[in-house]
Amino acid sequence: MIEGARWRKWIFFYVPMALFLLFLLFPFYWMVITSVRPDGELYRPWNSINYNPFWTWKPTWDHVSYLFEETLFASWLWNTTFIALASTAISLVCGVFAGYALSRLNFPFAGSLGTGIFITYLVPQTLLFIPLAEIIRNYRLGDTPWSLILTYPTFLIPFCTWLMMGYFKAVPKELEECARIDGASRWQAMLYIVIPVAIPGILSAGIFAFTLSWNEFIYALVFLSSPEQKTVPVGVTSELIRGDVFYWGPLMAGALLGSIPVAIAYSFFVEHYVAGLTGSVKG
Amino acid sequence: MGQVVLKGINKFFDSVHAVKDVNLQIRDKEFVVFVGPSGCGKTTTLRMIAGLEAISSGDISIDGNVVNELAPMDRDIAMVFQNYALYPHMSVYDNMAFGLKMRKFEKSEIDKRVLEAADILGIGELLKRRPRQLSGGQRQRVALGRAIVRHPRVFLFDEPLSNLDAKLRVQMRVELKKLHLRLGTTAIYVTHDQVEAMTLGDRVVVMKDGVVQQVGEPLELYNQPANKFVAGFIGSPAMNFAAVTVTEANGSLIAENSGLRIKLPDETAQRLRGHIGREVMLGVRPEDLTVAGSVDLGHPCFDAVIEVVEQLGSEILLDMKVGESIMVASIEPTARVRVGDKLRVAMRPSRLHVFDAQTEGAI
Repeated sequence: MIEGARWRKWIFFYVPMALFLLFLLFPFYWMVITSVRPDGELYRPWNSINYNPFWTWKPTWDHVSYLFEETLFASWLWNTTFIALASTAISLVCGVFAGYALSRLNFPFAGSLGTGIFITYLVPQTLLFIPLAEIIRNYRLGDTPWSLILTYPTFLIPFCTWLMMGYFKAVPKELEECARIDGASRWQAMLYIVIPVAIPGILSAGIFAFTLSWNEFIYALVFLSSPEQKTVPVGVTSELIRGDVFYWGPLMAGALLGSIPVAIAYSFFVEHYVAGLTGSVKG
Repeated sequence: MGQVVLKGINKFFDSVHAVKDVNLQIRDKEFVVFVGPSGCGKTTTLRMIAGLEAISSGDISIDGNVVNELAPMDRDIAMVFQNYALYPHMSVYDNMAFGLKMRKFEKSEIDKRVLEAADILGIGELLKRRPRQLSGGQRQRVALGRAIVRHPRVFLFDEPLSNLDAKLRVQMRVELKKLHLRLGTTAIYVTHDQVEAMTLGDRVVVMKDGVVQQVGEPLELYNQPANKFVAGFIGSPAMNFAAVTVTEANGSLIAENSGLRIKLPDETAQRLRGHIGREVMLGVRPEDLTVAGSVDLGHPCFDAVIEVVEQLGSEILLDMKVGESIMVASIEPTARVRVGDKLRVAMRPSRLHVFDAQTEGAI
């Protein structure tokens, strides 16, 4: 071992790592601690003697029960789950097929079509919601989950398509050729060989798409109006900020409970997901 | 049966003419090797036979039926790829069974064939494993197994041994040869390695720049190369070439350049009568050069200075300076030679090759 390597490791690895972790995890800690502190502590002025924002000796479930009893949080949770799952499913199916076609079938303008799809992803939602609102109104979808399930794919499909295109390109062409010599049709080769091999990529695309639609704010804010139809991000912010009064306890409890499903989805698929990002399909 | 006929095959990739007018008849049970440097069109030709690449013009027929428009699956062929192309998400057994399942074989028949192939290849213990748990040689065997369970009319091999280390490659080469003798299925094999071509092929097709240079049995290519390219490509170390001018003196023909002046043997002289006063390319293989003894056997001789001595154990390779050019000789391992020695080197007269300087064709 080289002289001084130990303290070097501390300075250049552990300390920056710890700072980084602190930076990333502090918001979660703040969420957790705020959601269990009683109101008396939360609204105590900063110059009072027993002011301590980082800890509590009297944790309470009041905010969580308020969330479930006094607001429609349970239905928001259900709405968000349903909308996120449905729009992810639609986008994945379209993205996988489109990605496969764009990366594997040699048809005229395949390249420019791929770029075109990517460009649609770059159109900001803050612009796109205006024409989309018109469409939603014309089809009388306003204030229903379908207004989001059908509009989220406008940004999810380009995203999934691009992710899958990259992934399919990394799957060796010979696998498919071999399957076709073995007697599989193009369709069968895709179904039995290419898609199973691309599962890590599909999972990554799915997790990303799920997260994007779970956290989506603008469309949900514009297209949904009645409280019982809202999603978690919109519901929490619109129902727990009344005028200039912030219900910090329930707000943070809602934010915490809203981020748990995403955290579970991530950690559950993390192995596949990392493999998907690094694109390791070597036999 | 597995007779493959290529008639006037051409392939264009946009404006690039990758394969030029290939005509070839491959007999049933024959092992034909396509060999050539990379980019010579050999793999493209194989892929056209497989149906993975469309033919620009010409006809490919298998057992008398033109297959130009047939999908790969309908050609009754099996192919082994350079990177093995094993399905990573399936066990070895499923990899081998995939083709049979796709063709709706009975479960018992699939089982029988897979076990039989596994037995032939000695991979019976690996059937439950995934490809990533196998070594390179084992993967190669699985890829072979996947091809043979199908009992196809033709096997296609696309540089199947090039990902293996040198020792394993030699071993698998022998096994491939045995396998072919045992199964007797027509095989078309693509490689850039002339040793593989010579050892495996019943006939060898040498290609360069999309053009077939020569088709023949291995020894035919070695002994009577059709042109300078084939002469230089087949054989290791490669044939020595020297540009010489043919002149006539006292009724016999002399070939000379700045460092070389040899009297051509009668048999070679006969063929060069029409080239007096012109430049030709003289070719001689390293193994046809010997250190001239004290007895004059009347062999054509020249002087050389040794620049490098390579001891291989079974032979010694000498890099020699002859005039301005370098020649390689392979000599007896017992010879005592040192760098800087001046040698008199003799050529075996019957083994001299001459090529036209312009067309590079054999004279």
